[in-house]
Amino acid sequence: MSILVLAEHDGQHLRKSTRQAITAAMAWNAPVHVLVCGNNIDEIADEVRHINGVNLVLHASAPHLAHPLAEDVASIIVKLSGNHTAIIAAHTPFSRNILPRAAAILDVGMISDAIEIKEPRIYVRSIYAGNILATVQSEDILQIVTFRAINFKAADRSESITAPIEPVRVPEPFNRSRFISEEHHASDRPELTSARIVVSGGRPLGEKFEALLTPLANKMNAALGATRAAVDAGFAPNEWQVGSTGSVVAPDLYLAVGISGAIQHLAGMKDSKVIVAINHDPDAPIFKVADFGLVADLFEAVPELTHTLNHV
Amino acid sequence: MKALVAIKRALDYNIVPRILHDGTDVDIAGAKMSINPLDEIALEEALRLKEKNRIQEIIVASIGTSSAQDVLRHGLAMGADRAILIQTDKQPDQLGVAKLLNALVSREKPDIVLLGKQSIDEEACQTGQMLAALMNAPQGTFASKISLDGNEISVTRETEGGTETLALTLPAVLTADLRLNEPRFVKLPNLMMAKRKLVETLSASDLGINLSVHVKRLKVSQPSIRPAGIKVGSIEELVSKLNASGVLHP
Ligand SMILES: Cc1cc2nc3c(=O)[nH]c(=O)nc-3n(C[C@H](O)[C@H](O)[C@H](O)COP(=O)(O)OP(=O)(O)OC[C@H]3O[C@@H](n4cnc5c(N)ncnc54)[C@H](O)[C@@H]3O)c2cc1C
Ligand SMILES: Nc1ncnc2c1ncn2[C@@H]1O[C@H](COP(=O)(O)O)[C@@H](O)[C@H]1O
Repeated sequence: MSILVLAEHDGQHLRKSTRQAITAAMAWNAPVHVLVCGNNIDEIADEVRHINGVNLVLHASAPHLAHPLAEDVASIIVKLSGNHTAIIAAHTPFSRNILPRAAAILDVGMISDAIEIKEPRIYVRSIYAGNILATVQSEDILQIVTFRAINFKAADRSESITAPIEPVRVPEPFNRSRFISEEHHASDRPELTSARIVVSGGRPLGEKFEALLTPLANKMNAALGATRAAVDAGFAPNEWQVGSTGSVVAPDLYLAVGISGAIQHLAGMKDSKVIVAINHDPDAPIFKVADFGLVADLFEAVPELTHTLNHV
Repeated sequence: MKALVAIKRALDYNIVPRILHDGTDVDIAGAKMSINPLDEIALEEALRLKEKNRIQEIIVASIGTSSAQDVLRHGLAMGADRAILIQTDKQPDQLGVAKLLNALVSREKPDIVLLGKQSIDEEACQTGQMLAALMNAPQGTFASKISLDGNEISVTRETEGGTETLALTLPAVLTADLRLNEPRFVKLPNLMMAKRKLVETLSASDLGINLSVHVKRLKVSQPSIRPAGIKVGSIEELVSKLNASGVLHP
């Protein structure tokens, strides 16, 4: 019996979170099979076959999978489920849309966003916006789990490994859901969830959000992040949101600018290695988690920081 | 057209949770409880569709102990037409909730089922997708915009790097993202009036569901707390600390 990992890609590249999920899969000490779904994605299947720990690539290719719908991917997973002890993925918007659907069809309970495997079928996950850790046990024989990617090191690629690729017969499309369009914010900056440095801003940045933070982020080769309040007000796009209802990040450096430090925001960044906060309120809760806090007006401090970094 | 909205009673988002002495669960005795914020957004969306005459009836449903009546009354006060409590002695796991809601769907036959994208206590982000599977219905999760057009609903939803728009044939299941709308404020007279309205109470067996546990909570604990840091006096000092810590340049 083997472990099935649902791969995630953007049509061009495999996402790093898939390699982190592959590391999580190794805990089972069983063969790791990776399911890649899409249309014309030979290159991605080829990328997966060279990842450490992968024993088999299951390649599901069909025109209707060009924009894969949860309904269709779940039915592929259900079809493949018989040969597997566990079906897992990283806890990303893609996978958390699909895996619960597959789980319910299979009458299996699901564990979301696990940060650790304690023993077979026992996991630790964080609840209540990161304030509580829960140890949970799955009572099912088949395990369906999403993992918090940042808690697992990404499995390496190695040319010496070449797992076989096996085509999967794709079931008929579910025809009551249709893809219409998608909108991507093209950006050449590092991806928020895998960047080494994140520069994140809150509500007070206002209309100056990008004008102030982009030069600083450029200097540090950082991804941009934001609070819910900044996103709600339209100062930053939704996919920058860090927190319990956004992305969870753990970069080497997280720079929080004009962010109060609400628990829902902390839930998304408090495992960063070094946290810096710039806030003019010395009592702002963000300072409780900051390694280095600077009490200052951000409209002065950010340009000065950008400028100083020029000279180091 | 008819909408069913699933609303959960959860610890209020402003309250820091405490743990029971025996470490088995979070201590909610006496703590402020509220409607899960994302479910309030789901209900708000249904109310807006009703105000535009796109749907005629809104049912709110909650699963839990009899105390879940208060969030149902909150739902009635916001403008829901009927409220149903599926009473259980403890909170079922997500698959259990989905099965109970599915049984309610078979009884009520709603055209649209709305849920929150996740509960703020459990943060599972599963129930809507599970329900859609059990109904064999299309799913539009993490929705930030919806529009109803005849027998189809178009849903703009959150993806990894942006959004996508799907068209779903009704009946369909939607789960609300925070961005979907800003819920209305509930007026006091409406709350008073809702106190007198009927909340229908059903049990799992009334719905023909035999609940089994799939995910069991063994214990809860406090995560380790970050050691307190220091305040720096200037940008220069900050930059020299960062240089010393080695995080600026790998
Ligand atoms: C269900 C739910 C889910 C949520 N999920 C998330 C989430 O995932 N992510 C998230 O971020 N939030 C989330 N929130 C919102 C969260 O509770 C806070 O409201 C939000 O994080 C506050 O954002 P903020 O810090 O930008 O704004 P504010 O709370 O307004 O804080 C601004 C801070 O900037 C400081 N400041 C103001 N002006 C200056 C200046 N000139 N110079 C320096 N400092 C200044 C202030 O002192 C203050 O501390 C959620 C809320 C709910 C109810
Ligand atoms: N006990 C419950 N009663 C009513 N609705 C619920 C319950 N549990 C979960 N839900 C719904 O399912 C959504 C997702 O919850 P979860 O899968 O636990 O994150 C919530 O936002 C609610 O809309």
